[in-house]
Amino acid sequence: MASTRARSSRSLQHRRVGDSPAIKWLLIGIAIAVTAGLLIMPLVVIFSEALSSGWSTFADNLLDQYTLHAIGLTLFVAALTVPLNLVFGVALAWLVTRFRFPGRKLLITLIDIPFAVSPVVAGLLYLLLYGRNGWIGSWLADYDIQLMFSWPGIVMVTVFVTCPFVARELIPLMQQQGSEEEEAGVVLGASGWRIFRTITLPNIKWALIYGVVLTNARAVGEFGAVSVVAGSIRGQTNTLPLHVELLYQDYNVVGAFTSASLLAGIAVFTLAAKGFVEWRQARTLIRLQAQETA
Amino acid sequence: MSITVDGINKRFGKFQALNNVSLDIPEGKLTALLGPSGSGKTTLLRIIAGLESADSGQISFSGQDVTGLHVRDRNIGFVFQHYALFRHMTVAQNIAFGLDSLPRKQRPSKTDIQKRVRELLELIQLPHLAQRYPAQLSGGQKQRVALARSIATQPKILLLDEPFGALDAKVRKDLRRWLRNLHDEFDFTSIFVTHDQEEALELSDQVVVMSQGQVEQVNEPIELYARPASRFVFDFLGQVNVISGQVKQGSLSQGTAWVTLPGVQHKGDAQLYLRPHEVRLATAPVAHANLPLRIEAVSLIGSEVRVELRPEGWQSEGSDNIWEVGISHAECNSQRPTRGDLRYAVPQVGHLFTGNDAQPATVNWAEAELAPRVRLIS
Repeated sequence: MASTRARSSRSLQHRRVGDSPAIKWLLIGIAIAVTAGLLIMPLVVIFSEALSSGWSTFADNLLDQYTLHAIGLTLFVAALTVPLNLVFGVALAWLVTRFRFPGRKLLITLIDIPFAVSPVVAGLLYLLLYGRNGWIGSWLADYDIQLMFSWPGIVMVTVFVTCPFVARELIPLMQQQGSEEEEAGVVLGASGWRIFRTITLPNIKWALIYGVVLTNARAVGEFGAVSVVAGSIRGQTNTLPLHVELLYQDYNVVGAFTSASLLAGIAVFTLAAKGFVEWRQARTLIRLQAQETA
Repeated sequence: MSITVDGINKRFGKFQALNNVSLDIPEGKLTALLGPSGSGKTTLLRIIAGLESADSGQISFSGQDVTGLHVRDRNIGFVFQHYALFRHMTVAQNIAFGLDSLPRKQRPSKTDIQKRVRELLELIQLPHLAQRYPAQLSGGQKQRVALARSIATQPKILLLDEPFGALDAKVRKDLRRWLRNLHDEFDFTSIFVTHDQEEALELSDQVVVMSQGQVEQVNEPIELYARPASRFVFDFLGQVNVISGQVKQGSLSQGTAWVTLPGVQHKGDAQLYLRPHEVRLATAPVAHANLPLRIEAVSLIGSEVRVELRPEGWQSEGSDNIWEVGISHAECNSQRPTRGDLRYAVPQVGHLFTGNDAQPATVNWAEAELAPRVRLIS
């Protein structure tokens, strides 16, 4: 009797409530199946389809003049979008974490609008406002300025769609860190710029990089909003995601998959960069904690 | 540099944080701003520093109006409650920050800055930690680095917000002594905020007691403790025993309990306040008082023994209905107070509050007592 109780109490020590092996392995199995079916298989298919007709076809498809132009335009849009949203995100995060003003909570909620609104709707809104017959667009047309169906329109919607990423990363961090260090800087006589450069920026560095990586990934891959405002003019307003669709509709499956493999490559690279940043953040934290207890 | 605070008002929305506060902080003195949380003491300190701006009123340093002067240009040292060390800089870089921030013309050379940082590290006895980061320091070390950083540019005024709030008792005591020495050595005008009355009384030359955005009383620690000007100050500066009752023919009574009040002319409602060390315990009533109490608990508080008693047949003021009396270990050993024993309180010095009159009258029985006993107050 006593020995049974001892044995059962020993097995209880190993197992916590809700830690049943059957449920654990069932969940692990489902997770593996879903990941393989929905994420890994398609990624493998993209690369295998792109290379299905051999490396030389892959290279030919890649060096096609319209493909090259699409790559160029995509990188150009990203190169404009990322710095814009970097500045905007830092300024916005600074505003809502360092100042108290009426409507602050509302502003924090409004930042998320681009995440909540379907990109196609965002594209349509821009078309309505800035199109040739739109409210602002018709006025601009009088001065011979055309935003829609050219690269400025693509940049505008991409900026809209990606603007929450940097701010979203920074706001919780800056809220948690508080403004005491900056106040200490002011008391010690530092100028605003010096405080930002030597105190604020080092404190938010990794979160900022993380936000930039996410912004870049989305800027490169955005389809919905861009397809509405770009008009997919081959060699002019065709970004890489639009190019994939166009090639596919031309029954050039291998060509479509070649361009798609480029986008997938960028995505994999982004994930690696994101993983690295997270690893760096975690390592800094662990090191600091280890030193604290030492 | 003396500091003058003149008619300062500050509101946060509907909350009146400071209500027409005026104050003189003498040059070279260490002043404590003491009060419960929400009394406005930290807000006042931040307004003096220039981190917060007042709605109205004036701040002057040595008679010079600095109300409109930016905190950057006030040249004050400020120590934050949670230290606010720059987490991405080493200890040495933290201390050098103020000097590095000086305008080019006033900025010392790199080697001079390094020399000054070394001196300050010696002063705070942490030269071996120069290359450490704040996260690698203990609370007491962080506090010392914060102090060194704040005095690197040789300010004349040093402001400290709850400087010892987050430290354990031992470190706190060491740092208090150290701060006192530092203050005396460098001839600052210092103000520190605290909610700990013991800290305020021990460390400062002058205590400013605040409550609900107003100054209740300003005085030297000993005077303040001996002669509190109001019920609030009395309650806030430590444990107090209160009996309230009717005064008739020079004697205050409540039920069967009574105590004579030599030299008091008042008639009607009154409260008598007594500090734990202003009361003795006897086994029988004495000629001037009959205050029976039953012992609830006897606890050893370091160098003293604290006896908690419950009034027998009468009521004490206050929610817990408990009196506290401090006795020495010698008394404890000879009298052997035990839970459940009956004792009689013998007041020696008391403070009588009558009606709404804020100022108390001091009552002294010790002189009237037939066999006066000399007692050392710890």
